[in-house]
Amino acid sequence: MPSFINPAYDTAHLLDTAVLMLSFALLYQRRLFAVLTIYAWQALFLAAAAAWQASAQGAPHLYITAGIALVFKAIVIPLALHRIIVSLEIHRNIETALGVGATLAVGVALVALSILLVLPVTTASGALTRESLAAALSVVLLGLLMMITRRNAVSQVVGFMSLENGLILAAVGVKGMPLVVELSIAFSVMVAFIIFGIFFFHIRERFDTLDVHDIERFRGERR
Amino acid sequence: MSLVLFELLQFALLLAAAPLLTGLVRKVKARLNGRIGPGLLQPYRDLWRLLRKEVVLAPNASWLFRTSPYLIFTAVWLAAAIVPTFATGLLLSRTADLIALVALLGTARFALALAGMDVGTSFGGIGASREMMIASLAEPAMLMVTFTVALIVRSTSLPQIAEFLLTHAVGIRISLFLGLVSLLMVAIAENARIPVDNPATHLELTMVHEAMVLEYSGRHLALIEGAAMVKLVLYISLIASVFFPWGMALDPSEPRALAIGLASYAAKLAVGGVVLAFFETSIAKMRVFRLAEFLGGAFLLGLLAAIFLYVSQGV
Amino acid sequence: MLSLLALSVGIYGLACFLGALLGRRALVGVYALSALAAALSAANASAFLATGGAPEDAVLPFGLPWLGALFHADALSAFFLLVVGVAATLTSVFAIGYGRHETEPRRILPFYPLFLAGMSLVLVAADAFTFLLSWELMSVASWLLVLASHRERETSNAALLYLVMASLGAGALLLAFGLLSAGSGDYAFAAMRGTALSGWKSTLFFLLVVIGAGSKAGVVPLHAWLPPAHAAAPSHVSALMSGVMTKVALYGFVRLIFDLAGPAPWWWGALVLLLGGITALLGVLYAVMQHDLKRLLAYHTVENIGIVVIGLGLALAFRANGLGALAVLALAAALLHVFNHAMFKSLLFLGSGAILVATHERDMEHLGGLIHPMPVTAFVFLIGAVAISALPPFNGFVSEWLTFQAIVNGSLLPQWLLKFAVPVVGAMLALAAALAAVCFVKVFGVVFLGRPRRPAAAAAREVGALMLAPMAALAAICTVVGLVPQTVLGLLRPVTALLLPESPWLVLSNWLWLAPLGADHSSYSGLVILLAIAFLAALLVVVVHRLGSDRVRRSPAWDCGFPDARPETQYGASSFAQPIRRIFGTVAFAARERIDMPAPGETRAARLEVRLRDPVWDGLYAPATAAVAWLADHMNVLQFQTIRRYLTLMFAALVLLLLIVAVSQ
Repeated sequence: MPSFINPAYDTAHLLDTAVLMLSFALLYQRRLFAVLTIYAWQALFLAAAAAWQASAQGAPHLYITAGIALVFKAIVIPLALHRIIVSLEIHRNIETALGVGATLAVGVALVALSILLVLPVTTASGALTRESLAAALSVVLLGLLMMITRRNAVSQVVGFMSLENGLILAAVGVKGMPLVVELSIAFSVMVAFIIFGIFFFHIRERFDTLDVHDIERFRGERR
Repeated sequence: MSLVLFELLQFALLLAAAPLLTGLVRKVKARLNGRIGPGLLQPYRDLWRLLRKEVVLAPNASWLFRTSPYLIFTAVWLAAAIVPTFATGLLLSRTADLIALVALLGTARFALALAGMDVGTSFGGIGASREMMIASLAEPAMLMVTFTVALIVRSTSLPQIAEFLLTHAVGIRISLFLGLVSLLMVAIAENARIPVDNPATHLELTMVHEAMVLEYSGRHLALIEGAAMVKLVLYISLIASVFFPWGMALDPSEPRALAIGLASYAAKLAVGGVVLAFFETSIAKMRVFRLAEFLGGAFLLGLLAAIFLYVSQGV
Repeated sequence: MLSLLALSVGIYGLACFLGALLGRRALVGVYALSALAAALSAANASAFLATGGAPEDAVLPFGLPWLGALFHADALSAFFLLVVGVAATLTSVFAIGYGRHETEPRRILPFYPLFLAGMSLVLVAADAFTFLLSWELMSVASWLLVLASHRERETSNAALLYLVMASLGAGALLLAFGLLSAGSGDYAFAAMRGTALSGWKSTLFFLLVVIGAGSKAGVVPLHAWLPPAHAAAPSHVSALMSGVMTKVALYGFVRLIFDLAGPAPWWWGALVLLLGGITALLGVLYAVMQHDLKRLLAYHTVENIGIVVIGLGLALAFRANGLGALAVLALAAALLHVFNHAMFKSLLFLGSGAILVATHERDMEHLGGLIHPMPVTAFVFLIGAVAISALPPFNGFVSEWLTFQAIVNGSLLPQWLLKFAVPVVGAMLALAAALAAVCFVKVFGVVFLGRPRRPAAAAAREVGALMLAPMAALAAICTVVGLVPQTVLGLLRPVTALLLPESPWLVLSNWLWLAPLGADHSSYSGLVILLAIAFLAALLVVVVHRLGSDRVRRSPAWDCGFPDARPETQYGASSFAQPIRRIFGTVAFAARERIDMPAPGETRAARLEVRLRDPVWDGLYAPATAAVAWLADHMNVLQFQTIRRYLTLMFAALVLLLLIVAVSQ
């Protein structure tokens, strides 16, 4: 055990852990609004992690990443999705392709896998960077897992965004990583496009169903 | 000699503090619900009243039914007393093994579940069945947390763990954090708290702990309720001693350290009680079969904590 | 030591002869002689271990012409002989009372001593030929005992499966011995010892041993034969098969892997460890689903074998990495569990025998409330149930605690796979222990507590003293070993010294405290915990009765205001297991529940159907069975040939073999 505590690293790891824990919480949660709330919290912790790294590494451009995470991911996107869900009357229970317990077990296995992957690559660097990278990679894999085990489109989007949070977390944690800010902006734009895509997709579906009003009623009876 | 004295002090302190803590939790919950609520000392009065009442036994209740309450209370009391609370290095500290502690609680639960099935009523059976279902996941989860801590300290002895964490700068580790969350989830389940069970209801919906002890009355019931109160103290002390060992007296014979130890322990209990009350008020009860996911989550977090440890430790 | 053992085997032979000759009239004689012989070998073995006697050798002039039959007794043999001896003594005494209720004693009496003799001989055999011969004697004798109640269709199926698996296991062991001796061509153990196999040969050898010993011990996925066979045998035989014969199989594993084979690579340990974890977990999950008492106990044997195998795997892994002290700890934990499991499993099977005698029921759904008519049986069964659930202060907890201590030190292993496997297996072991407690709350609660579910259970009477005494003795052993485990652990010292010669023995500081790795690590004392509980409980009783009330009134059960007098309204075995079935069963057994609810107005009863499938059976055994059947169908043609064609076939086979020999040279 290292007998020396470095407050900078300890705080960073606490924030990393919080992000990872919230990834598990996303897998665990079955209600759509709760998923959004958890996602907002995850983004909040990501912003905190980025800001902490900005001050610890003395890299002011990371404050921009933190700001993007705070404003867009923690506030704007969850609110937008919330409105979409309400206005489009999307079904608010998440259908799972794999049971919650099994998903969590697979998640633990994925984390073990990412640790196994990270360890040999980073033997040169200290235990502290390793821990951070392993957590980030786990967040990415858990995001992917969420995308493939949830049937609901909105939760798939949330899965993708949490995956992206993992990427940012990894980029932020490594000292002197280039293009971090550009990366985070690019991803945010992409997420925005995906959300709008869903939005339009649903609108079209809605208009379709509105047009063929009788058919919807027929289907409603059949259900 | 002083070792014996401090051990006795620990036993007495737990007994005295347990109803007060339960009273505190109930009071805070009542205030949060906008009620005045009963006084802090109400649990003492309840227990006293139950102790004075006669026991009503079903005709086919066996000796197991009558001896179980004593066994359960003793096992929980002993388990609570071996957890380091205000000081380490007491008389029974060599028995204070985390695995033995889990198993001791397991023995108490075994007796309680059997007692629930003794009279042969449907409620007793359903309660025993569900209690054991919860235990089948909560107990391994707690063992996984034990492993995590034990892999750091290389010992499962609680005083050694507390001393190690108190004297070594371990730092905030992902593993320890995961372990803490897992242990909190276990503590909620084991103490039959919301969202797992509801200690305030008698029989509604939940039918776990309260259904199991339905046939008990008089002094037997007092012992079982008392055991539940001691168990709450036990879990808060356990979490405090492993994850927040600050303030614990390494040498209780020194008056200043002892005073700090006692004061910090009282503060930890109070904080734990208030946090629990806030948590319980802000959350709804779960369906019984969501429990498997909740506790399975705790179990997997414990496993994750053990796995993550290797990342933090040097190769 | 060997001469006394020869005397025991001689007595077994005499008992066998008497049983065959006189049948029922020799019942008391056969079992009394068996008990005598078993007690003799147990005393013999414990004296050998306690005094640290020197290994002995003996050669008998039969067997392979150039070799003879070699026998060798060392500490490892002696320890297993002790386990066999203690369990067999008490079981034989029980059988004197139990055997009276047997309908066809002639189908049991001759084979019972033969079975015991076979197990004893396996433990001292010192060449491959003698070993396999004794092994087969043990298998065939137990197979005949399983067939004792051959009229039940289930029994004959179970026996057939058992025979197939036993043959498979023996074949695997035969090949393993062949590999080990291929270098020298010498089949004596002394010549094989330390043979360093290279490359694929060592891998093949290891896998063959795992299959050979594992199939006999009931390691998943080779366990499927075990529960039906153990459940079908008469109860005292079940006790021996479950409690002892599986241990003899583990002896085979330890002898071959730890003693005879050279240094093992670390991945052997990893594989054994994972097999053990899976076995423990699946075994207990199967057990929770059962409602046949004996079948349930047999599945628990699978679980406990898993726990022992976990200890053996850890020992292998530690040994491969030069962590001697920890290897000793893991091995001692495994061997202590061997002893403990033999004791409490025998106790529980004998208890099920007592219940069978008293009620003629094995199905738990028909029992209930037996604590009133059978108080002594209930009490000793409770001790066995608490012990097998790994709860203090009994012996099951001590060996699991030691295993956990070994697991906690798994972080010292250098290989990443092992580092990860150890906590995962620890998690499986923790789950298995917790589920075992669930299972035994179910067993004891449904069988002994509550109200009788059938008239047979209500009419039960306590069994005789001859049956109660051995159970009480086993319960006493479980308690004493739980309180002062040093009694048995001390006997293990020469065993670990034999298998891990360079490693230090555990630090057993004194008789009260168990602190295997020294004072600055974990410590445990069952006696202190028991005394503390006893003192506090006594204090509590006095205080409560003084300060509070001590009045008691009997009155009908409350049951929240609507008690129902019908015993069917109690929670039964299946209902008790339902939550576990819903959590684990859907994944592990593809459990499906179907509710057939009659429409309003219909008078028929509602039905709940539960279907469980065994994935191991579906995935491994069913295809194998189908393949054998297919093959048999197609080979059927060969049965109706002319003599000339038969000769052609033989000739072709001969030429083929010669070709292989020519090519391989």
